Amino acid sequence: MRPFQYQRAHSISDASAIAALPEAMLIAGGTNLLDMMKLQVATPSQLGDIGRIGLDGIQDTSDRGLRIGALATNTATAVHPRVRADYPVLARAILAGATQQLRNKATTGGNLCQRTRCYYFMNVDQPCNKRDPGSGCGAIGGVNKLHAVLGTSDQCIATYPGDMAVALTALGAKVVIAKSDGAERTVPVRDFHLLPGDTPWRDNVLDQGELIVAVTLPPPVAATQLYRKVRERSSYAFALVSIAAVIAIDDGKFARADLAFGGLAHKPWHDPRIGELLVGAAPSPALYDQAADLLLEGAEGHGDNDFKIPLARRTLHAVLAEAVEKAA
Amino acid sequence: MPDELIVNGTPHPLPQDPRVTLLDFLRHDLGLTGTKKGCDHGQCGACTVIVNGLRINSCLTLAAMHEGHQVTTIEGLGIADEPSPLQRAFVEHDGFQCGYCTPGQICSATAMLDEIANGWPSDASETLDGPFEASGAEIRERMSGNLCRCGAYANIVAAIRHVAESEPAA
Ligand SMILES: Cc1cc2nc3c(=O)[nH]c(=O)nc-3n(C[C@H](O)[C@H](O)[C@H](O)COP(=O)(O)OP(=O)(O)OC[C@H]3O[C@@H](n4cnc5c(N)ncnc54)[C@H](O)[C@@H]3O)c2cc1C
Ligand code: SF4
Ligand code: FES
Ligand code: FES
Repeated sequence: MRPFQYQRAHSISDASAIAALPEAMLIAGGTNLLDMMKLQVATPSQLGDIGRIGLDGIQDTSDRGLRIGALATNTATAVHPRVRADYPVLARAILAGATQQLRNKATTGGNLCQRTRCYYFMNVDQPCNKRDPGSGCGAIGGVNKLHAVLGTSDQCIATYPGDMAVALTALGAKVVIAKSDGAERTVPVRDFHLLPGDTPWRDNVLDQGELIVAVTLPPPVAATQLYRKVRERSSYAFALVSIAAVIAIDDGKFARADLAFGGLAHKPWHDPRIGELLVGAAPSPALYDQAADLLLEGAEGHGDNDFKIPLARRTLHAVLAEAVEKAA
Repeated sequence: MPDELIVNGTPHPLPQDPRVTLLDFLRHDLGLTGTKKGCDHGQCGACTVIVNGLRINSCLTLAAMHEGHQVTTIEGLGIADEPSPLQRAFVEHDGFQCGYCTPGQICSATAMLDEIANGWPSDASETLDGPFEASGAEIRERMSGNLCRCGAYANIVAAIRHVAESEPAA
């Protein structure tokens, strides 16, 4: 690791002040940042530890939703009684990610901001527009099994690797952000991560000096919730394709169909047309195919990841069929 | 307790260089070499220790981040003359071959049995509501963060099940 100055933040304003400094970074659980610092993929000269700024609580909101502090650990969130009872897709998505040791340290904010697992990004000897703008993209025409099939650009085809945010996207959660001037802004999780476009170095909408203070969940809805993660081994691997589904059936028809997809793009993928197609329609394999057509319209493989396109289609079929069976 | 970190009950001053990971602090600065370095990137679990009751990878955290925290390493769980139930069970069930992953396995399993006793679900759990049992499937999922290059998994699971079945849930 390159030398850095370590400073513990004691408040949100402390943390914002550190985050606003050039070459400073915030550290929460450290499970992604320290990994990158050891590889010199991240080389902050100042590290602001936000672990003790008092944002680790999980509280009911006045509308019976839930507010999960940015420093709540993934474990604390997954085992929280209200998360288990009212937002099971979130508990399931978290439990499907990483390991208990990592989840005990990983935080809400750090999980949302975790960076891609693209092999070229993680290796400073390789070209990568995300890490080193203008150096090229090693993954295009290279090894790209983990990479995106939707929403890519000719600059970057990386995926956002996380699970939790996929569930938060299906649930319609919001990210509460403290701005450097002390004011707050709120961004739907669906709009928090960016597509790579011409600015692949930007993963999300956070500006220098901003930090995540919480994630809020809307009031619970009566629905069947599922998280299906397809990976190369049955535990402890990143998603090839994952789907978070919040499904309700009424009178033999879809009454709610909120779906989000992991492993396919630079952000948790949400296509409102899928919900619009499904709601009001009776479940059938033909309908699921139409939903998959919408999802995969414009999908493009890059060689090693071509399999993700048929895999996403089959996984969507399986998840919808399972959800319908459970919801009926 | 400013500038200190408590390891197996004994306070120690934090390292001067903030780059020192908890793992390097334990091994190099304190000479507690029971905790092992496998990958140094959070992938193998050899460095697992228990901090304030929770198992973590000591390679992916800085010692400085743990000021005032209680750290338990394999040395703190038991010694040769007075092994912990899991340490004894690993010996009795041949739960290792080279032994490199073993301290991490045992620290991890110690905390894991508490998690089951607390009613925490895992990815292998049928429902999210407890109580959960230390079944083979649950143990394999909950211990997936501890790799064993010798492949002693079958006996590791047997050792953990033995302890889970003989100790009433705390
Ligand atoms: C071996 C391994 C396997 C893994 N498998 C999975 C998996 O299957 N699924 C999955 O989802 N994840 C997986 N992960 C990733 C893990 O979930 C993340 O490392 C973790 O969630 C990051 O959280 P943290 O608090 O440790 O973040 P840190 O490492 O502390 O921070 C990560 C980034 O977020 C920024 N940050 C942190 N908090 C805030 C905040 N409040 N506001 C603004 N910025 C902030 C930091 O500045 C940093 O840039 C895996 C990790 C490893 C090492
Ligand atoms: S896919 Fe993105 S992150 Fe990977 S090498 Fe290309 S530019 Fe870098
Ligand atoms: S040495 Fe920490 S997980 Fe491998
Ligand atoms: S006993 Fe050799 S690595 Fe597990």
